[in-house]
Amino acid sequence: MPQIFHRSFNTISKVTIFGAVFIVAGLCWFAAIFYRSSYVTESHLAFVQPVPFSHAHHVGQLGIDCRYCHTTVETSSFAGIPPTKTCMNCHQQIWTGSTMLELVRESYRSGQSIPWERVHNLPGFVYFDHSIHVAKGVGCASCHGRIDEMPLTYQENTLLMEWCLECHRNPENHLRPKSEIFNLSWKAEDQTSLGQKLLHEYGVRTPHELTSCSTCHR
Amino acid sequence: MAVDSEGRRFWRSLEEYLETPEFQEMLHREFPEQASEWTNPVTRRRFLTLMGASLALMGLNGCSTQPAPREKIMPYVRQPEEIVPGKKLLFATAMPLAGVATGLLVESHEGRPTRIDGNPLHPASPPGSRDDAEVGSSDLLMQASILSLYDPDRSQGVTYRGQPRAWNEMLVELRRALDKLKSQGGEGLYILTETVGSPTLAAQLNELLDDEHFPKAKWYQYEPVSRSNVLQGAKLVFDEYVNTYYDFTKADVVLSLDADFLLTGAGALRYTRDFMSRRRVRTRQIKPAEVKMNRLYVVECGLSNTGGVADHRLALRASQIELFAQALAAELNVPDAPKSDKKALPDEAQRWLGPLAKDLRQHAGRCLILAGEGQPARLHALVHAINHALQNVGQTVKYTVPIEAKPVDHGQQIAELVKEMAERRVKVLVILGGNPVYTAPVDLQFAEHLKKVPLRIHLGLYQDETAALCDWHVPEAHFLESWSDGRAYDGTASIIQPLIAPLYNGRTAHEMLAAFTDAPERAGLEIVREHWRDWWKHQKRSGSFEEFWRQALQEGILAGTAFPPRELAPKPGWAERAAPAAPAPSAAKGMEIVFRPDPTLFDGRFANNAWLQELPKPVTKLTWDNAAIVSPKTAEKLGIGYVGGIRAVSGRPGPNGGEHGQAIVDVVELSYRGRPLRAPVWVQPGHADDAVTIHLGHGRWRGGRVAKAVGFNAYALRTHEAPWFDSGLEVRKVPGETHVLACTQMHHNMEERAPIRTASLAYFQEHPYFADELTAGETEKPAVLAQVPGPQPRGRAEKELEEERKKDPDKDRLIPLTLYKDADKDFAGASKGYQWGMAIDLTTCTGCSACVVACQSENNIPVVGKEEVTRGREMHWLRLDRYYDGEPFDPNRVSVHFQPVPCMHCEKAPCEQVCPVGATVHSHDGLNDMIYNRCVGTRYCSNNCPYKVRRFNFLQFADFTTSSLKLMRNPQVTVRSRGVMEKCTYCVQRIRIADIEAEREGRRIAEEHLLTACQAACPAGAIVFGDINNPKSAVYQCKEEPTNYALLAGLNTQPRTTYLAALRNPNPELIRPQPKRGE
Repeated sequence: MPQIFHRSFNTISKVTIFGAVFIVAGLCWFAAIFYRSSYVTESHLAFVQPVPFSHAHHVGQLGIDCRYCHTTVETSSFAGIPPTKTCMNCHQQIWTGSTMLELVRESYRSGQSIPWERVHNLPGFVYFDHSIHVAKGVGCASCHGRIDEMPLTYQENTLLMEWCLECHRNPENHLRPKSEIFNLSWKAEDQTSLGQKLLHEYGVRTPHELTSCSTCHR
Repeated sequence: MAVDSEGRRFWRSLEEYLETPEFQEMLHREFPEQASEWTNPVTRRRFLTLMGASLALMGLNGCSTQPAPREKIMPYVRQPEEIVPGKKLLFATAMPLAGVATGLLVESHEGRPTRIDGNPLHPASPPGSRDDAEVGSSDLLMQASILSLYDPDRSQGVTYRGQPRAWNEMLVELRRALDKLKSQGGEGLYILTETVGSPTLAAQLNELLDDEHFPKAKWYQYEPVSRSNVLQGAKLVFDEYVNTYYDFTKADVVLSLDADFLLTGAGALRYTRDFMSRRRVRTRQIKPAEVKMNRLYVVECGLSNTGGVADHRLALRASQIELFAQALAAELNVPDAPKSDKKALPDEAQRWLGPLAKDLRQHAGRCLILAGEGQPARLHALVHAINHALQNVGQTVKYTVPIEAKPVDHGQQIAELVKEMAERRVKVLVILGGNPVYTAPVDLQFAEHLKKVPLRIHLGLYQDETAALCDWHVPEAHFLESWSDGRAYDGTASIIQPLIAPLYNGRTAHEMLAAFTDAPERAGLEIVREHWRDWWKHQKRSGSFEEFWRQALQEGILAGTAFPPRELAPKPGWAERAAPAAPAPSAAKGMEIVFRPDPTLFDGRFANNAWLQELPKPVTKLTWDNAAIVSPKTAEKLGIGYVGGIRAVSGRPGPNGGEHGQAIVDVVELSYRGRPLRAPVWVQPGHADDAVTIHLGHGRWRGGRVAKAVGFNAYALRTHEAPWFDSGLEVRKVPGETHVLACTQMHHNMEERAPIRTASLAYFQEHPYFADELTAGETEKPAVLAQVPGPQPRGRAEKELEEERKKDPDKDRLIPLTLYKDADKDFAGASKGYQWGMAIDLTTCTGCSACVVACQSENNIPVVGKEEVTRGREMHWLRLDRYYDGEPFDPNRVSVHFQPVPCMHCEKAPCEQVCPVGATVHSHDGLNDMIYNRCVGTRYCSNNCPYKVRRFNFLQFADFTTSSLKLMRNPQVTVRSRGVMEKCTYCVQRIRIADIEAEREGRRIAEEHLLTACQAACPAGAIVFGDINNPKSAVYQCKEEPTNYALLAGLNTQPRTTYLAALRNPNPELIRPQPKRGE
């Protein structure tokens, strides 16, 4: 009886079996990369907004404080998106004829909201609270990056759970003095010792407490 | 069946009592049989058809890589000053029901009301657990009315004979008709309202009927479940209408004659709180031997919640209760009391009279007798006389002027109106609220005569039975959309303010009445405000009206408007006026029929509220149905098989009901005064023999998708002469016909593990630690308890313990009997931070089920429908188990115990051990967290939960599509989808929010700011929640009580939820020895 398979199949099958390990590993590697890519997380993607609002201009160049618009960041879970009235506080006086701002004026006249595209989008089962982070010495820039350098706002970080946990497990790496919370360009000289000091001073919970599931999910 | 230390047996249904093989089989299943398969071929096929498309879509949906869908942010244009996005606001308002208002505090998120609690400042909704609580207590109707507000089936526009029209068109036609009538002084204009308790509405009506407008117009009131008898009774005695209310804090002995005062009627929340404040046993300050409790005697026909918690309960037919009261009056030597025939009473009732009269006499001035609204006016008159004779008036009984704007006899009113309609004197009939076509007495033929009225206008929440027969229908604004006012049980006035603009262009009765005047477009706010401005001017108060008005809105009550108590004594000659009209009906004339408002649907107005339909009725545990309720003995007499066919005299074979929530029961034909009605039978231990109770409010034929075709219409037998009970009922079994009832009483069973522990006060005083039974290996107990936070049990006397240790079969074991690892030092037991726990006092729990609806509202819990309930799939996180003890065939020997069962949050949770994906794990503060986004739906956890508290979304129960229901949801709680397990979280969202607020302000959480939804609702203060690491917390102190026990403690799960054993205070002279179990 003749052989069904040619002798070369021995080699081919060995290579295939050996190669399968790499293929599986490769697929896993690809999945991991893909899952963290900005295609999935939408980080570093600037959306087309109804009004091309520039944080770089308002914060970076004009130096308006974050809380002028995001008024409830220290008191509520939601930082607050400014009502049209807030825009008009200034734009009743300056750039009153700008075509770029027509939608803002239209909104103010008609009472219809400006439909902003949400940039930082969390799933419904995650309950994030701005106020407690600000109260415990986490700066705006820690999560939002250099907003003052963004012409159109984009999401600086992945907002994946592993990213949240990185800080909840080691909060000391991200704490700053309360005076510097809204300072986007602040850099610690010695984060290690400062972090330990602030951890104690602010009474930040232990990583065990911060990583309980119901801290964020409920 | 569970047996306690005193040898009492507890059972939940007749099958359990009789221990059938089917019951045994059921015990060994977790989710009852068929719970995970679609056995009905039609449903299964239909499901697959429907799912074909959605499965395909779901597949695509699952492919979406982004974890969250894209959203838009729509900020305010001009943000209201007080609104902080993400934070709730509380507004005070009130809920009017049958002419009486109860205070509310409504939670609002960015302008959407999402949740209702009681107003702690309002006399009718006081906080149950602690006086400084942020919110007051609430009942199930208050809680559920938030769903009625968003009900998509509510009527959505003005219609003329079913065709949509504009409000203005209605106005034009109304004006035209009124102009015609004006010249004759308004003769022919008739207005029909429900009980009017709103001072503003009453003033508007009176203005309309004054000489300048329509002096000859007529105003009638009709309410199917009214307080007519109560008021008529007072009129017989005092010769004027009088409002009666009670002070239970001063009552040592209470006798209730058919009054379910803990669950229904005006002031029920206040009464429950006050009554239970005299029953709560705490031994922190005093020795057990010095503990005192009040005592409650209940005489009633059907088994009510009040009867359930009574120390002594006597089951009499409704007609015999008056005889009993007369005999008691004679025994107490009440002056002028009518003659009584003691001999006509059953033996047990006769045995009661002596000891009861003695007990009442000994507590003269500190006792209280009250009668139910379903008892005749004569009995109410007699009760006033007895209370007067016992010097209770001014102490426990208070009299004021009536809270109703115009007290009337509702039965007489509707009869008169029908007569006028029949004689064609009614030219224009305006029905302001109510649904008389459905609720009017059947013998009057209201619908028939209504058709004779040329112009009929109806204002109502739904396109209901009455709307269908009226020319014009105007959608009514829900009370959460309205400006109005009302008075509480003691006369305290509240302003009703809207939480949201009318969703469906509804109008209030005030706005409707304004249309009759020269200013037809006056807004509700203006009308109500003007009324109170006039009132304020008369009062000559200091300050500005604006200040007064703002305070009234903020506090939810108008300070100082409670009516002052009056000194009243029976007017001479009352006995003649209240003399028994007819000789007592004898049993020979057939059986007795008793009409009762439904415990959840009331008179039927809540029939389209799915929460209330699915809420197990507090005693029967039926859902989505009503039934003809009879006693076991009567059932036997009628040849009706019990649930499950046991002792099936009908000969119908075996196992088919009770278990699984699917009770296949016999159907009977009730015929009463020549009218037949078919109804399924429910056998209820404790019900008086030879009587049938039927609940009103079911069997609607219009008025929403939920309301329609649920149950049978009990109004079809109700006449205006006998609205509450009557004899002469014929009951005949319909051979071969059965009906499926959905009953949850046997779901989630915990086998023979003594879940309920109870004792008399006397027994407790001798054995304070009676509930602390030997369950785990006693020798290991100290080691086990050392790992549990909270108070260490003070324990029984060392000698007593020694005795038990000797009996312990495991005393020689060296390795503790546990599968679990020792507590991680990082975990709960070792932590100095908050450790949450709960204690539930079974002595004070009345089983009212407000907690269940409160939980449903707070936690976005879906309803599943009757079909799914019969498969054991109801989703309530908190269930109220009801156990009987005693002898079912003697209604006087049945007593009832209620037990709310939420998640136990076990220290060593069995569910956590078996979850393959870590979707249920412990948090740092001792919560047993459930993480929906991790759950893959294996259901191992619920299999392994000994308490059966986990609920699984077998299908897509949560409604993701109806837009109005989206507005209602609590934004702080995830809405779960299909395939996800869920359970009680101790309201973790409230804990986290309170924690964040406290942390931000650098303080500890104040207990009064953190209440779970069930705790906040409970009027009895039976549920106590808090930090068990804090010795000053109320929950810590509860857990220190000797009566504290854990459910199924022998499993060593170390539950965080524990119970305080139920104590009763029976009269030693009335106690009978427990008989041996008889078959």
